[in-house]
Amino acid sequence: MSNVLAVLEQRAGALKQVSHEVLTAARALADALGGSVDALVIGSTGVDATGLGAYGADRVTLVEDEELSLYQPDVFNEVVTAQVRAGDYAAIILAATAMGKDLAPRVAARLDCPLAVDVTAIDGSGGITVTRPAYSGKAIYTAEVTATPCVISVRPNAFTPSENAREAAVETRPAPRPDLRTRTVRVNEPAGERLDVAEASIVVSGGRGLKGPENFKLVEDLADAFGNAAVGASRAVVDAGWRPHADQVGQTGKTVSPQLYIAVGISGAIQHLAGMRTSKVIVAINKDKDSPIFKVADYGVVGDLFEIVPRLTEEIRKVRGG
Amino acid sequence: MKIAVCLKRVPDTETRIKIGADGRSIDEDGVKFILNPYDEYAVEQALQLKDSAGTGEVTAISLGSSASQETIRTALAMGVDRGILLETDALPLDPVPIGKALAAELGSGDYDLIFFGKVAIDDYSHAVGTIVSELLGIPSVSAVGRLEIADGKGTAEREIEGGVEVVEFSLPAVLTAEKGLNEPRYPALRGIMMAKKKPLEIKPVELEEGGLSVVELSVPPARPAGRIVGEGADAVPALVEALRTEAKVI
Repeated sequence: MSNVLAVLEQRAGALKQVSHEVLTAARALADALGGSVDALVIGSTGVDATGLGAYGADRVTLVEDEELSLYQPDVFNEVVTAQVRAGDYAAIILAATAMGKDLAPRVAARLDCPLAVDVTAIDGSGGITVTRPAYSGKAIYTAEVTATPCVISVRPNAFTPSENAREAAVETRPAPRPDLRTRTVRVNEPAGERLDVAEASIVVSGGRGLKGPENFKLVEDLADAFGNAAVGASRAVVDAGWRPHADQVGQTGKTVSPQLYIAVGISGAIQHLAGMRTSKVIVAINKDKDSPIFKVADYGVVGDLFEIVPRLTEEIRKVRGG
Repeated sequence: MKIAVCLKRVPDTETRIKIGADGRSIDEDGVKFILNPYDEYAVEQALQLKDSAGTGEVTAISLGSSASQETIRTALAMGVDRGILLETDALPLDPVPIGKALAAELGSGDYDLIFFGKVAIDDYSHAVGTIVSELLGIPSVSAVGRLEIADGKGTAEREIEGGVEVVEFSLPAVLTAEKGLNEPRYPALRGIMMAKKKPLEIKPVELEEGGLSVVELSVPPARPAGRIVGEGADAVPALVEALRTEAKVI
């Protein structure tokens, strides 16, 4: 019981960045336990699994079916639980993404094993101990895993991918075709191609200080200047209908941990701070120097956002262009 | 249409968290508790489905301490017909035993639909509804933002990174509600009065311990003090410089 199964995620044949984070977490745990890492990728045919050895996989299993271009919970659950039952695993690690949050509880329930969700650190030096935020980041649990195997979902951006080259043997298997109790029929993609706030390494969020939905253009322009930033929003502006709920950062929205979080016209209500306080670097732009947002910000600029943000956009364009 | 809604009593979002004397749970003294915000969407959806069916019953079920009766009464005041409290002193961190206790109750209820909020804002497991569906062997869709039910079948939409998944299933099923699914109603005074007379059954339950033993609950370290770079647009070059050379994030 010392091996680790890393369940990876792909979209349209390409592995998601978060999969490297999952593999990195799995490698570190397997090393501490003295075991090996099996990577499991489930999807349509033609998934590119090259390079997984570079992040620490000892073996790679591709389970393929042309019917599996979309996430089908019943198939994925059957594949993962079958592999766990046939193996010798201390832990099953996946990402706490939309897919992982749905799949992890299914696997844990079917295997009747513990489930640790949204984990930000794993220690394998004396048994398995996990760290996970609760109360939306206002508190942190440290918990010992007392039964194995254990299903662990890791928070995106919490583990920094690191290379740890192995010669990974790749095996390809066909997927089972169980009855689908739930059937994913399609994915509707939005017109824009902006990253999700929970996944992006840079997030620019706007709040009520923007005064109206039309002024979110300023926030979008700044996000565009960075090239790959997501646009977030405070609860106040989501509740006011200025922005979709998918963009909301905070306790009743998404919890984010980007490299850089820029809060524009957000005062910093406790439930918002709970959702972004684990960001690596926080910048706040607000007219009120006593706003709570400045207490968590690494860098603050006090003043009129309608002057500051366009200037910042211009400067970022210069830096990136130059 | 027989519908169950599972509820959790949680600390209010504006609550500051203090760690209790045992070092493994929160200090509940002075904390305001509310119905989990995501569960409000679940309650509303159940009530709307019952209304549009013109017949049926909505049952609210909560697993928790005696104080969760108050949470169930909130749902009764919104219009839910009856409540069941599965009473237990403490909930484990591992969501699997919680799912088992709820599945044991729900499995005998012959429900067409079972609603949960997608996540409880205290332990943030995002798991119990989906665990229940697996234990009962029925379909489930998590984080549902749009829902249509007709002729014993359903279509649900759930947001994923950069898109919306469209999922089909047949009843009975478990659905967990995302914010935006609907606009939850406020309990009217008449509803609050009526709620006092609605049946609320209390059943003691024993939970398994689960496989996660809490060693410590702690408050995250305070972020090191930041600094105000300056005022107005003139401060922008200094900010960009700091992000490049100090923070090294751009």
